[in-house]
Amino acid sequence: MYIIVVGGGKVGYYLSKTLLSEGHEVLILEKDAKKCEAITEELGSVIVRGDGCEARTLADAGTERADMLIAVTNEDEDNLVACQVAKYKFKVPRTIARINNPKNERIFKKLGIDVTVSSTNLILEHIEEEVPTHPLVHLLTLKGGSLEIVEVKIPQNSSVAGKRMKEIDLPPGSVICLMIGKWGAQVPSGDTILEAEAQVIAVTRPEAEEALRAALTGS
Amino acid sequence: MNVVIMGCGRVGAQLAALLDEDGHKVAILDMEPYSFRRLPANFQGTALVGDGTDEDSLKRAGIEEADAFVAVTQGDNRNVMAAQIAKHIFNVPKVVCRIYDPLREEMYHTLGLETISPTTVGARLLRDVIVG
Repeated sequence: MYIIVVGGGKVGYYLSKTLLSEGHEVLILEKDAKKCEAITEELGSVIVRGDGCEARTLADAGTERADMLIAVTNEDEDNLVACQVAKYKFKVPRTIARINNPKNERIFKKLGIDVTVSSTNLILEHIEEEVPTHPLVHLLTLKGGSLEIVEVKIPQNSSVAGKRMKEIDLPPGSVICLMIGKWGAQVPSGDTILEAEAQVIAVTRPEAEEALRAALTGS
Repeated sequence: MNVVIMGCGRVGAQLAALLDEDGHKVAILDMEPYSFRRLPANFQGTALVGDGTDEDSLKRAGIEEADAFVAVTQGDNRNVMAAQIAKHIFNVPKVVCRIYDPLREEMYHTLGLETISPTTVGARLLRDVIVG
């Protein structure tokens, strides 16, 4: 694939390096002369100095034959414009923008950007996974986004601790698939007793997440 | 009319003053409070420190009740992004956006934004002065 990367900062550099090693044709667009020099030294002549938001630079870069444009500068507005110019002027089939302000995710989708990657959100999600006191942690959103896998820690004082699985009223579309307690991990049956302080892995729908948390933590 | 202006540079400040004199309700946003020195002493509108590409700042400036939005910061891309947010997210009836780069201006114009390129306008004016 021919992929254009806008922005030769750290993200742009490592991304391009990976894409090149996977055998893709990559061209980086970067405004800063020093960064261009450094990347040319490291990766060879895969970089053109220029503003990736400018139609002329993109035309010179052969954007009309690009399969994908990925904008990873530090500025959300620059990433938005680079993607929009690529999409509307050069008909690039797939545009991906990096987002710094998580609130922009919705805005970018509405303005026609195919995929957004929010570095702030990704870091936040990882932190949430690492913070054990958080009552409900996202582990995975299944493709399509209609189901997700979450982890819930059953508090000592939860009203459902000590109950059998079949007695617990879970929101529709939610199921407990794994319980990790004192005796190790087990796939629970209807008669399994939910232990206090156990960790529970459940499948749920995003809209039922709050109800599931409430049902299991008893608050 | 309720008008929100993003960017209190020379153009933004002067536009704010003109609209204010005409009795319109003006809110002007800039990330740098020092820029508000450009507003006249008798300015009746509101001056807010904030980023016009941020939904919350725009809400604070009253974008939800605005009849018009003008983006005149130094950055073309910031203007383009803010104008699109005003138009497509907040459905402001009249949105105008300054874009210095003529090529970018042309593209966003075809995409339906109301745009002005001072580069093109300025160059034409100068030519007319020289050629007569």
